[in-house]
Amino acid sequence: MNRYRLKALWGFMSGARMYYLIAVASSLLTECFAFAMPLIISNTVDYGLNGKPLRAPAFIAQWIEGLGGAPMLARNLWIPGVLLVCVMLLQGVFMFLRGRTVSMGAETVARSMRNRLYDHLQRLPYDYHVKAETGDLIQRSTTDVETVRRFFSAQFIQAVRMIVMLALALGILLSIHPLMTLYSLALIPFIVASCMWFFKRIQKQFAVVEEADGHLSTVMQENLTGVRVVRAFGRERFELAKFSVANRDIRDKSIRLTRFFAFFWSSSDMIVIIQQLVTLLVGVWYAASGAITLGDYIVFNSYVGMLLWPVRQFGRVLSDMGRMLIAMGRIDEVLKTPAEDSGDDPQAPPIDRDIVFDRVTFGYDDKEPVLRELSFTVKAGETVALLGTTGSGKSTIMHLMQRLYDADEGRITIGGVDIRRIDKAHLRRRVGIVLQEPFLYSRTIRENIGITKDSICDEEVADAARVACLHDVVEEFEKGYDTLVGERGVTLSGGQKQRVAIARTIIRDCDVLIFDDSLSAVDTHTDAIIRSELRRRRKGITTFIISHRISTLKEADRILVLEDGRLTQQGTHEELINTDGLYRRVWSLQASLEADMEREAISV
Amino acid sequence: MSAIQEEEFTQSKVQWSTWKKLLSYTRPHRRSVAMTLLAMAVVAMADVVGPYLNGYAIDTFITPGRWDGMGWYIAISLVLIVISSTCVFTFIYNAGHVEAGICHDIRRDSFHRLQELSFSYYDKTPVGYIMARMTSDSSRLADTVAWSLVDLCWGFGFMVISLVSMFIFNWRLALVMLAILPPLTALSLIFQKRILTHQRNVRKLGSRITGAFNEGIMGARTTKTLVREDGNFGEFTRLSGSMRESAIRAAHYSALFMPIVMTLGSLATGAVLWLGGWQVQVMGLSLGELSFFLSLSNMFFEPVRHIAMIFAELQNSQAAAERVIGLLENQPEISDTPEVLKRFGDSFEPKRENWPPLTGEVTFENVSFQYKQGEKVLEDFSLEVPAGQTIALVGETGSGKSTIVNLLCRFYEPTAGRILIDGVDYRERSQLWLHSNLGYVLQSPHLFSGTIRENIRYGKLDATDEEIERAARLVGADGFISRLEKGYDTPVGEGGSRLSTGEKQLISFARAIVAAPALFVLDEATSSIDTETEVRIQAAIEKVLAGRTSFIIAHRLSTIRNADRIMVIEKGRVIESGTHRELLAARGHYYELYTNQFVEEKERALLAGAAAGQS
Repeated sequence: MNRYRLKALWGFMSGARMYYLIAVASSLLTECFAFAMPLIISNTVDYGLNGKPLRAPAFIAQWIEGLGGAPMLARNLWIPGVLLVCVMLLQGVFMFLRGRTVSMGAETVARSMRNRLYDHLQRLPYDYHVKAETGDLIQRSTTDVETVRRFFSAQFIQAVRMIVMLALALGILLSIHPLMTLYSLALIPFIVASCMWFFKRIQKQFAVVEEADGHLSTVMQENLTGVRVVRAFGRERFELAKFSVANRDIRDKSIRLTRFFAFFWSSSDMIVIIQQLVTLLVGVWYAASGAITLGDYIVFNSYVGMLLWPVRQFGRVLSDMGRMLIAMGRIDEVLKTPAEDSGDDPQAPPIDRDIVFDRVTFGYDDKEPVLRELSFTVKAGETVALLGTTGSGKSTIMHLMQRLYDADEGRITIGGVDIRRIDKAHLRRRVGIVLQEPFLYSRTIRENIGITKDSICDEEVADAARVACLHDVVEEFEKGYDTLVGERGVTLSGGQKQRVAIARTIIRDCDVLIFDDSLSAVDTHTDAIIRSELRRRRKGITTFIISHRISTLKEADRILVLEDGRLTQQGTHEELINTDGLYRRVWSLQASLEADMEREAISV
Repeated sequence: MSAIQEEEFTQSKVQWSTWKKLLSYTRPHRRSVAMTLLAMAVVAMADVVGPYLNGYAIDTFITPGRWDGMGWYIAISLVLIVISSTCVFTFIYNAGHVEAGICHDIRRDSFHRLQELSFSYYDKTPVGYIMARMTSDSSRLADTVAWSLVDLCWGFGFMVISLVSMFIFNWRLALVMLAILPPLTALSLIFQKRILTHQRNVRKLGSRITGAFNEGIMGARTTKTLVREDGNFGEFTRLSGSMRESAIRAAHYSALFMPIVMTLGSLATGAVLWLGGWQVQVMGLSLGELSFFLSLSNMFFEPVRHIAMIFAELQNSQAAAERVIGLLENQPEISDTPEVLKRFGDSFEPKRENWPPLTGEVTFENVSFQYKQGEKVLEDFSLEVPAGQTIALVGETGSGKSTIVNLLCRFYEPTAGRILIDGVDYRERSQLWLHSNLGYVLQSPHLFSGTIRENIRYGKLDATDEEIERAARLVGADGFISRLEKGYDTPVGEGGSRLSTGEKQLISFARAIVAAPALFVLDEATSSIDTETEVRIQAAIEKVLAGRTSFIIAHRLSTIRNADRIMVIEKGRVIESGTHRELLAARGHYYELYTNQFVEEKERALLAGAAAGQS
């Protein structure tokens, strides 16, 4: 499992591997220079001030001897000073390079993850999004990506740095005095292990605090959204008491968490300082007895100091790595879900042809069919209205028309071509659908209406808006068509949203238009205006209208009546009101109104 | 991203007055603050003593090659280790205590204030905005205040102690160190500010990316029907690309900062090595002292960096601080007069013994009202309702019918005219008095997390189980409640999410009934609920209204029909008023409204009924 994840990780790194190579190399050089600094000091002390032999590679030693050796150095102590600054400067250069390439690598990885997720999510089948838990998907696309990014930008290089430092320290120290090295680094495995244990434990504590935090948020949220109820019942005091309990709870739990932290940092501090003290004492012992020089003593103490503090982070890196792998697995899971495709050899035939449903049966998720052996033909340019009982499958027909789902049995043809052979993008571009509860993008009204256009022409937008009876409404807004929709700007009413959706669909010049109860939230008067505008405009466009308003239905060339997934009646308004059935029952409500009113007036 | 979210990222200058107000929140936690500062000072001292002991060891043991006093040395070191570890524990624990305490207190005070603020505040402030102040802002401010104190104390402590000790030992070397302090500080300040500005930029883009994912996922189905995938993806790649650029730029400054500061620090170290080495040769500076100075010069940029970070952090949190202080200092628009408070008590400490009973006679006397200057919603509105009558308000959205109810509940007060309850201007009574006599059922029923029993009890906190069950029976809610596995003790979920809208409505009716109010307000739901529930709710309403003065914003025909008086409201004026029968006979607005609805309701029943009949 982990092996698979590591492979996926390597995959995500493509395009950023070069950055990491440079980063690892820079890290190595950075630490080399960092480790050189105590060596300069120790050599200055030993060689320059105390007359001990120089501890350096032979060629450097020879070179310095050639320049005049120790006496020269003792006279010119500015040399080691300048050398020190130079080494530091070089360390700085590589440190910068490391930071820079690591961030480039991490951000490149993050960008490619985000792009792949966004692209893939959009291409997942319609059905996936119907069932998807939005919150969870957003979490994966944001929090999980961030977890991975953070690992790549911080912990990864920290781990590299730790390994490099340990290797360098071991190499240099062992060459000076092996036994002393053992004493100086003895506690390191213990420190790493205890840090790992701690960071594992602390996750649980964090979860406890987070839970309390969530509870407090719920109490607040409910109080704020229910402020009317709170005030109307005069429950301010009660609410305050309830809040106080939750507020105290999180305070106490946070304090418990800090106590845990305080315990960890103070005790691990103690271990680290004890290790330093051990190094110091052993160093004093060996130095005083002459086994090592004063310079060596300084080197040991410096290296141990440099090494021990970051070693504590190592535990954290390891425990975070587990979290990162989990986050990555969750991202990979989304990317592994198969995306939608149009099948082999998709075609792009003309869509302004006759549409034939031939014994179409369809059910969601192998459940009982929603449509049963449904057959009907719609001539090109015809306007067909659908009336049906709740759950009779009206909307399902519309889904099939756009190939959001494919029929289980039977077939749908357009101009004789089975739509399963038609390219999905082509089909959807030619078949426009207006949903009952449309989703608007958080952009301006103009951009929403022209969302399918490459370039937005103001005249076209206003024209479409006029047809949808939206123009006058928009003109009343302070910013007109530049008004932002949704969270960022004005909140449109349900009817206004429907009208924006109508405008953005008719602007596309489709061959087939589908209105899925799209005027349900518009009042009857506006509804009538929009319909007459649409009639004027959609000449020659095949149109499906789902509605339960007789006034809307009766204008259609033909009305299909659906009950329980079956076509029970079809015909014109005139024909249907003369036949017994659902359509006549709905229609007769209007007629019976007068009689009912009379009865009402008497009964009161 | 909303305008409010944008605001999260604005940067303002540090205003000390704001922080002084926040600092006053440390007062109840003085002891912890004092302990933190004390421990921090000791830690700073230990950080100087450590290198000193190291140098001491060189001079005392290594150079002469002797062991005298080694025992003492070890003993003192161990004692110091214990002391410093204890101090580390103390400062972390106490600073954590201060942080949690401040956060708790800010939240407590804000919440208290929020219970007092008027509806006008809630109208213009989204819940999300308030939540952000109460959650992230308050915890961030507590964090800033508590840990800035720690860093400040350590930073200054370490700097002062090390400088003083350096001057004592060797003023020449100390001067060298002092010389790099100003450029170091200046550089740190500049960089920290830059880094934070860029980081804020990254956060801003981060929240835009979250927004883009949000929209991409929520709108995926619409995108599909519009074939907008490529367009959306193109926009997203631009966004994620600029995110990458910004993040790299931010990292660029962070990556640049440390090397520059360290190189600058190494100037001091190099100078100390040169000058110190020379002093060892010429002036008898001991090697131990040299090592001590070298160590300090190495550590010296740390406190400077910490202090620079605090200033940057303060600047970064300034906006958050102002927002929180703003919330705390917000004054409620509706408040009881001091006389009323004295006699009847406030919402937290009521004096119920002085409360007169409420019978339910309501009078609107030439009432005018406007939410915003110049936009009159109600003008010169008068109405007299004898106790026990039911008034139905009918009209389109925005006609002013909700305003009438809001004024009655004193969620708002009239801008002109008076509202009398039992013949007395309601401003002469406390808000809680009115609210305690009010039954209120909302269009969208709001429940609280907890059990069904707890939710009904919200109407009357000391209601017995018997009373609760009676109320539930009365509204016909006992049927579905008893079918639940845990009955009345079933948790309803966050906001009542585990119940259907109809069920929630029934519970909110029961909640209003158990309060036995004299005044009843019903903002009726328009949302379609199944026919069976509708019948039950209808029966519940009739029972609830009996014998109470009721105001109903009505949508359902049956409720309207039975009202004592129906008022059709348009643009803040009553255009028709009378009983159902009178208004039908008049064949005016009411008639039209009624007939339209009549057809729609029947139609819905027919279509839904047919489906139910066949499946």
